[in-house]
Amino acid sequence: MTEPLLSVENLRTWFHTGDAVAKAVDGVSFSIGSGETLGIVGESGCGKSVTALSILRLVQQPGRIESGSRIMFEGKDLVTLDDAAMRDIRGNRISMIFQEPMSALNPVFTVGDQVAEVARIHGHGSRRDAWNRAVEMLSLTGIPAPEERAKEYPHQLSGGMRQRVLIAMALIMNPALVIADEPTTALDVTIQAQILELLVDLQKRFGTSILMITHDLGVIAETASRVVVMYCGEVVEEAEVDTLFAAAHHPYTEGLMHAMPQLSEPRARLNVIPGSVPAPTDWPSGCRFRDRCPYSWERCEREHPPLYEISPTHTSRCHLAVEPEHRANPHPPLVEQLGVSV
Amino acid sequence: MSEPSWMMETSDRIQAVERMQEAERGGPLLSIRNLSKSFPIRRGLLGRTAGEVRAVNDVSFDIARGETLSLVGESGCGKTTTGRSILRLIEPTAGRIDFDGRDVRRLGATGLREIRREMQIIFQDPVSSLNPRMTIGAAIREGITIHRLAEGSAADAKVQQLLEEVGLRGEYATRYPHEFSGGQRQRIGIARALAVEPRFIVCDEPVSALDVSVQAQVINLLRDLQRERQLTYLFIAHDLSVVKHMSDRVAVMYLGKIVELAPAEDLYREPMMPYTQALLSAVPVANPRIEKTRILLEGDVPSPASPPSGCVFHPRCHHPAKDAACAHIVPPLEEKAPGHFAACIKQLPTGVSWETQQEAGGVNPPVRYLPVVKQLARVDKSAPPIGRHS
Amino acid sequence: MKADITPAVGKLRVFRRLMSRRSAVAAMLVLALVVIPCAAAPLFARYDPSAQPDIIALRSQPPSFAHPFGTDPFSRDVLSRVLYGGRVSLAVALIATLVSITFGTAYGAVAGFAGGAVESEMMRLLDALLSIPRLLLLIAVFAAWRQLPLPAFVLIVGFTGWYGLSRVVRGQVLALKGQDFVASARALGAGRARILMNHILPNVLTPVIVAAALGVGHVILLEAGLSYLGVGVQQPQPSWGNIIQDGSDQIARLWWISFFPGVAIVVTVMAFNILGDELREALEPRQTGAG
Repeated sequence: MTEPLLSVENLRTWFHTGDAVAKAVDGVSFSIGSGETLGIVGESGCGKSVTALSILRLVQQPGRIESGSRIMFEGKDLVTLDDAAMRDIRGNRISMIFQEPMSALNPVFTVGDQVAEVARIHGHGSRRDAWNRAVEMLSLTGIPAPEERAKEYPHQLSGGMRQRVLIAMALIMNPALVIADEPTTALDVTIQAQILELLVDLQKRFGTSILMITHDLGVIAETASRVVVMYCGEVVEEAEVDTLFAAAHHPYTEGLMHAMPQLSEPRARLNVIPGSVPAPTDWPSGCRFRDRCPYSWERCEREHPPLYEISPTHTSRCHLAVEPEHRANPHPPLVEQLGVSV
Repeated sequence: MSEPSWMMETSDRIQAVERMQEAERGGPLLSIRNLSKSFPIRRGLLGRTAGEVRAVNDVSFDIARGETLSLVGESGCGKTTTGRSILRLIEPTAGRIDFDGRDVRRLGATGLREIRREMQIIFQDPVSSLNPRMTIGAAIREGITIHRLAEGSAADAKVQQLLEEVGLRGEYATRYPHEFSGGQRQRIGIARALAVEPRFIVCDEPVSALDVSVQAQVINLLRDLQRERQLTYLFIAHDLSVVKHMSDRVAVMYLGKIVELAPAEDLYREPMMPYTQALLSAVPVANPRIEKTRILLEGDVPSPASPPSGCVFHPRCHHPAKDAACAHIVPPLEEKAPGHFAACIKQLPTGVSWETQQEAGGVNPPVRYLPVVKQLARVDKSAPPIGRHS
Repeated sequence: MKADITPAVGKLRVFRRLMSRRSAVAAMLVLALVVIPCAAAPLFARYDPSAQPDIIALRSQPPSFAHPFGTDPFSRDVLSRVLYGGRVSLAVALIATLVSITFGTAYGAVAGFAGGAVESEMMRLLDALLSIPRLLLLIAVFAAWRQLPLPAFVLIVGFTGWYGLSRVVRGQVLALKGQDFVASARALGAGRARILMNHILPNVLTPVIVAAALGVGHVILLEAGLSYLGVGVQQPQPSWGNIIQDGSDQIARLWWISFFPGVAIVVTVMAFNILGDELREALEPRQTGAG
C-alpha cells in the first residue's frame, strides 16, 4: 500500500463538562487512500460525527482534541497546525458535506454566491471567474438551468437541490478529501438514490477520496470500499465492504446487521441488540459492548480488547479473535440477565 | 451453526393469514372513503387565500380488524395528514370515515371523546411527543383520568403495569422525559396510547427517528402488542424495509393520492405502479454483492399546490408506454391482480380502454412493465444471510 | 451527539442550578441586602421618614454617624427616607409587575390558544395598544389626576406593562400548540381547559418568570422617572424617585440626598436584571457540549 492520503492515529476528542469527561472519540485510528471511499458506520453517540469534525478541527468547546492524537494529511499533522494553515485546508484540500442542507446554507445569499465564495476565500481569480466556476460546478452536480438557479436563494430550492449545492461547494476547489456526514439522511429515498449516484459519479471523475459517515448500512454497502464500524468512541471493526457484510466478526456489527430490516428478507421478527449505548462519560471497563453481547465471558470484563487482526485487511476489537470457541455458546446478554430494561 | 436463542426468528406469517381471515368475517374496522384535505395558501398582507394545497386527494381504503395497513410515501405525499385526519386531529375537508360502523366526521365533542378511547396515535418525534414538564407517570395516567378508567392506587398500578408492558421499569413513573433515550421515550409514548385500551392505533413514523438497533426493539414491541391486544394498526412510514416487516397490506401514496395498494408480499414481489417500482429500486441494499438495476427518478416531487394533470406521476414516469394520454386521464385505482390495486393506465390489465386513451392523445398501447421484479426476486435468492457465520 | 436540552423540572433542580452560578448568588445577596431592610423599614430606620426633628440645626447635614446618608433641607434623615421609599418603590414594582405578568400571560395564552378570528382581533388590539407611547400616556394620566391614590398608580402601571410579554407568550403558545404532545393529549380526549392548564401553561413558565424578574427592574426605573417628574408617588410619601427629585435642585451642594437613592436604584435594577438572565439559564440551560 502506498502512503495514505489521510491517516488518523489514536484520535481522542473529549468533552470536558463540569467534572465529567465525555470521551466521545477515544483512541480512533484509520486511514484513507487516494481516491478511496471509506465508510464510518455507527449509531448516534458512537463518535462518528465528532471524528469528522475533529479532522477539520471544527470541534467546539468544551470539546478538545487530546494530546497524543495525530491526524496526518499530505505530510502535515492537522492537530498541531496553526489556525491560518488550517483555514487554508478547510474547503480547499478537505471539504465537508453536512446532513442538513438547509442549515448549512446561509439564507440571505444566493446559492451561486455561496458556491463562488468558497473559490474566492481560497483566492482564485476574480469575482467573475469565481461565479463562472460556481455555475460550472452547479451544472456538474446535475442542477438544471444552473445560470438561473445560481441566482436563487436556498429556500427556493428543494432539499435534493440544496444538497447538490452543498456538493458543488464541497468540490469547487477540487479537494483531495470530502467528508460526507450523513449526506442523505434528511432526504427522501428517491432523492437519496440520486445524490449517492452523483457522489459516486463525481468521485470517479475527480478522483476525490470520500469519508462517508452514516448510520445506514445500505448506504455504506452501496458507496464504500472499506468500512470502519464505531461503537462507544472506538473502532470496533474494520474490513473491506464485501468481507464486512459477508463475514462480520465483531458481535456488535453482527447485531447491527441482524437488527436492520431488509427488503430482501421475509417478514419476520427482527433481532435486536438489547439495552442501549452507555453514556460517553462512563464507558464500561473491559469490552465496551460486553453487557449487550451474547458471547461475552469473564475475559471481556477483565481485559479491554485490542484491535485483533482477522486477516491482513480485517481487524476486530473482540476477544473472539483469539478464543473463537465462545461463539458456539451464545447466552442472553447481561443487560437481559439483570432484567435491566432497555 | 445453531441460532442463539435471543436471535431466534419466529415467523408469524401463519398468524397474519389467520388474522386476515378472521377480519374478513367481521367487516373492516376502519373504512375511509374519498378522504380529502386541502390547506389554503395565504398570500400578501391581508392573508387572502390564493389557492390551496390538496395534501390528501380522494383517498379510500379499508383496514380489517387486527390488520396492519401501511401508508408509505416520501415527504409531502399526504400520509401523515391522512393518519391525523382519521383521528380528526386535522379536520378533513371531504370524505367519510367509518370506525366500527360509526361516522367519525359527524361525531360531536362527546362522541369524539368516546371514540378517541378506541383510536390512538403514536408519534414520530420522541422529543416533542412528551410534555417536558410532566412526569412520565402523569403522561401515561392522563388518558386514564380523562376517561375515568381508574382512580387513586388502581390508576397507579395501571401505570406501573403499562410501563412494564412496554419494557420499562415501573419505578420510572416519577421521572421526566429528558431522563430517557429516544427509544425509551417512544416506549413511553406507546404506553400513553395504550393506557386507554384502544383497538386501533395510528403509528405515525414511530421508528424513523431511532437508531437501527433501537428501531428493531420498537418494531418488535409494536408487533408483540398487536398480537397480545389484538390491535389494528395504520402504520405510516417512509422506510420501505421497515414497512415490509410491519405490514399485512401496503398503500403507496404520491402527491396526496394512493397510487398502489396491495398485500405486502405482492407489492414487494411485483410492484405495478412505476412510482412504487422506482421507490423500491431506490432503497439502498445492505449487501455489496448485489448488482441492482436502479430506476433513477428525474427531478423532484412537484409542488402539491399545482399538481400535474392526469396522472400526477407522469412527468417523472419511466414506463415505456408513457404518452400524452397520461397527462390527460386521471388513472383509476384498479385491481390489476387479485387484491392488488394500482393507478396506471399503461400497466396491463387496465379498464381504461385503448380507444379512450387514443382519444386523449395516446400513441403507445398499454403493456406489462415490471422492471424491478426480477431484481427483487434475485435479491431473495442470492442474498446470503448477512453477517452470519456459517 | 445529543445536546443536553434538559428542561428545568422540579423546583429544587432549578434552585440548585441557580445556586451554582456565582452571579446569580451575588444578585440574590444584593437583593436580600436591599429588599429586607426596605421591607422591614420600621425596624431598620432610626427615624420617622417624614419627621423634621430640628429644621434649623439638623437641616442639610452631610453623611455622619448619626445620619449615614445625611439629612435633607427639612432635617429629615435620608437613610430612613431611602428605606421607607424603597419599601414603596419595591412594592409598587412588585405588585405592578405581578399585575402585568398575570394579565399579559392570560391575554397571550388565550389569543394563541384560541387562534382564528379571536386571535387576530386580540392581536390587532395589542398592536393598537403598543403604538401608544407608554411614558407619555402615564404622564398624561397622572398629570390630569393629581393626588392619585397609590393603588391606582400601581394598577395603571401594571395594566400598561403587559403588551410585550403577551406577544412572547402568544408566540410560545403557538409553537407549543403544534407540538405532538398537545396532539397526543387531544387524541386521548383531553378538553381545551386541560390542554391549556396541563400542557401549554407549564411550558410558557420560563419566559414569564424571566419577564417578571426583568419587569421588576423596569418598573422601578419607570416609577423613579415618573416620581422625578412629579407625577408618580406623591409627597410626603417617599419613594426612590421623589427623594432624588428632592435633592435635584441642589445636587452639587447636597449631593447625598439624590446620590443614595440613586445608588439603591442602580444596584437593585442591576440585580434584578442579572437575576432575570440567570433564571433564564437555570430554567433552560443551553446545550453543554456533546456527549
